[in-house]
Amino acid sequence: MSEHTDLIEAELASEYEAGFVTDIESESLPPGLDEDTVRAISARKKEPQWLLDWRLEAFAAWKTMEEPEWAHVDYQKVDFQALSYYSAPKSQADGPKSLDEVDPELIRTYEKLGIPLHEQKMLAGVVAVDVVFDSVSIHTTFKDTLAKAGVIFSSISEAVQDHPEIIKKYLGSVVPARDNFYACLNSAVFSDGSFVFIPKGVTCPMELSTYFRINAMNTGQFERTLIIAEEGASVSYLEGCTAPMRDENQLHAAVVELVALDDAKIKYSTVQNWYPGDAEGKGGVYNFVTKRGICKGDNSHISWTQVETGSAVTWKYPSVILRGDNSVGEFYSVALTRGRQQADTGTKMIHLGKNTKSTIIAKGISAANSENVYRGLVRIAPTAEGARNYTQCDSLLIGDTCGAHTFPYIENKHNSSVIEHEATTSKVSDEQLFLCQQRGIDTEKAVSMIVNGFCKDVFKELPMEFAVEAGKLLEISLEGSVG
Amino acid sequence: MLKVENLCAGIEEKTILQGLNITVNPGEVHAIMGPNGAGKSTLSYVLGGRPGYEVSSGSAELDGVDLLDMEPEDRAKEGVFLAFQYPVEVPGVSNMEFLKAAVESVYAARGWDVPSTVDFMKLAREACAQVQLPLDFLKRGVNEGFSGGERKRNEILQMMMLKPKLCLLDETDSGLDIDALQVVAEGVNSMRSPDRAFVVVTHYQRLLDYIVPDFVHVLADGKIVKSGGAELALELEEKGYGWIEGAA
Ligand SMILES: Nc1ncnc2c1ncn2[C@@H]1O[C@H](COP(=O)(O)OP(=O)(O)O)[C@@H](O)[C@H]1O
Ligand SMILES: [Mg+2]
Repeated sequence: MSEHTDLIEAELASEYEAGFVTDIESESLPPGLDEDTVRAISARKKEPQWLLDWRLEAFAAWKTMEEPEWAHVDYQKVDFQALSYYSAPKSQADGPKSLDEVDPELIRTYEKLGIPLHEQKMLAGVVAVDVVFDSVSIHTTFKDTLAKAGVIFSSISEAVQDHPEIIKKYLGSVVPARDNFYACLNSAVFSDGSFVFIPKGVTCPMELSTYFRINAMNTGQFERTLIIAEEGASVSYLEGCTAPMRDENQLHAAVVELVALDDAKIKYSTVQNWYPGDAEGKGGVYNFVTKRGICKGDNSHISWTQVETGSAVTWKYPSVILRGDNSVGEFYSVALTRGRQQADTGTKMIHLGKNTKSTIIAKGISAANSENVYRGLVRIAPTAEGARNYTQCDSLLIGDTCGAHTFPYIENKHNSSVIEHEATTSKVSDEQLFLCQQRGIDTEKAVSMIVNGFCKDVFKELPMEFAVEAGKLLEISLEGSVG
Repeated sequence: MLKVENLCAGIEEKTILQGLNITVNPGEVHAIMGPNGAGKSTLSYVLGGRPGYEVSSGSAELDGVDLLDMEPEDRAKEGVFLAFQYPVEVPGVSNMEFLKAAVESVYAARGWDVPSTVDFMKLAREACAQVQLPLDFLKRGVNEGFSGGERKRNEILQMMMLKPKLCLLDETDSGLDIDALQVVAEGVNSMRSPDRAFVVVTHYQRLLDYIVPDFVHVLADGKIVKSGGAELALELEEKGYGWIEGAA
């Protein structure tokens, strides 16, 4: 890895020596949303007719839908006509010219997280993602390794051109276009996202993480991801980045679909750290995401792990439909809210097949004036003989002006099922803090240790290098929360 | 080493310590005894800097440094260690991780070499053996699911690792069986040195058979009302506190 890193640094340095400036034509659409907007997006991406039709159908449905109100969140509604629905990679001309022009606070955070310099530049918007990406040999190395294994990993726009039959078969098969208000909007106007296809019997030769971090940073606010693991295939995919990203988009409404066939395994990890807004909650990102996987085949396995620390408002329920017999669904979540952040997150485990098994471990941490909600559904269908679920929801409060709520819903239609639910609420106590301090540990470090301890069961599900970053991220997020 | 003068302190409007004086020199062991509710724990909390405790007057210095204005972690870095009467759990934070953070912080502050991870592990294992806790306790959460006796031994383990100047032990012997009591006492005795001092709060003379004090004080109504040598503890054991003037 370090060899690659060196290569990147060298490459970047040489570009700057040559005074290289990217100047990509910006071709954003003006704000507004109607059928022509949808047509325009599809046309720019040179999409086939069937996809345009699919988008238009979604758009027609969306117009009849109402924004959901049931979540325990309170925010100023989005003016959908004020958004621009397509922007090509932004011109570098507007961005900062060097890291010196970037908010020092942001740089400090990157340094604390140990983000390499070239990635810092990218995250801060000093260098365009595609410039870095195209110039870097790491790209080719990864691509070769993946190609040799038969893995397809590309942007979804590319996949529409290169593998239309797969896209046609699976797009919207897990999250139908009219599933919900935001997913429907996404279906009509999705910008881009990732496509992963692991063929039968193949174990993806690497974690699609480091690669992804570089690859998918400019996908816009309506991201769409599709991951398919064929029979016996397996893949671990990591979305997001611990670094807060410079981002002007207020609304993010992504859709992620996972399909696991017989004996396949998909592990999907997310670290979400969008801008949460200032202490009053102004200017933060609204994160309204629909993530769902289907364990389509027998003995298949889908695991969601998420660490959510960003966004002003989060509305997100990564779910698993357990259709294959003996299939397994897992949800491991840490959601941290502070300031005036609001998070309503959880999961749905829909048991259809026999002897299906699901595990839910949700850890909510609330500080300052934030509100943190776990909302989960476990549904055991009449066909799901011998289904089992274990749910554990723990809330940790820091201070006494924050809120934690849990809404577990259980629908059990089979008398052979075993459903266990445990819930706890605790506080970072003065006694615990004093014990740490009395041993010479500074308050902030103490809080972060206590919170990390609380999250341990979830962090151990993350890919190694990321577990460490996630720990540091919590530490940074909690700075100033106590005292 | 420790000089407390006319200390008046309390919690939530309630004055508990009312003009307490004590001087502890390097190398000495002082025992503090006294009836329930006399203010013994309060004294150790005030010296440790526990939030919520207010000092209204008086002073407390460690080697000439004013302790009372310092944050608790800074007092720890100066070499003050408090073994708690009721050590709390910190779930999910392993003993090892906790000790390492403490050692790194305190050693750096005291200008000692911070041990490498390998050396640290070695030290931790040795300390574990000395207080007779199985090694897997290092991997468990701090005091998580520990019995009362195990918690107290864990306090001694932390004390051994941190090598404080001033050790305040608040009823470390309460609730211990005789074997655990010996382990704790041996731990303390092994750490006695000419440049370290101990203040041992106890209800029972029993502990003082093992940790022989240089001085014994009786704390009652927020003051030291009587001081003497090790023999005072025996007298208290025999006669209780009633005969001492001021100790109701
Ligand atoms: N949190 C508190 N609020 C009010 N009073 C307290 C509190 N903690 C202790 N006290 C009181 O302070 C006095 C001294 O307590 P303490 O120092 O614990 O005594 P000791 O350790 O000698 O038994 C007691 O009367 C006790 O009830
Ligand atoms: Mg006490």
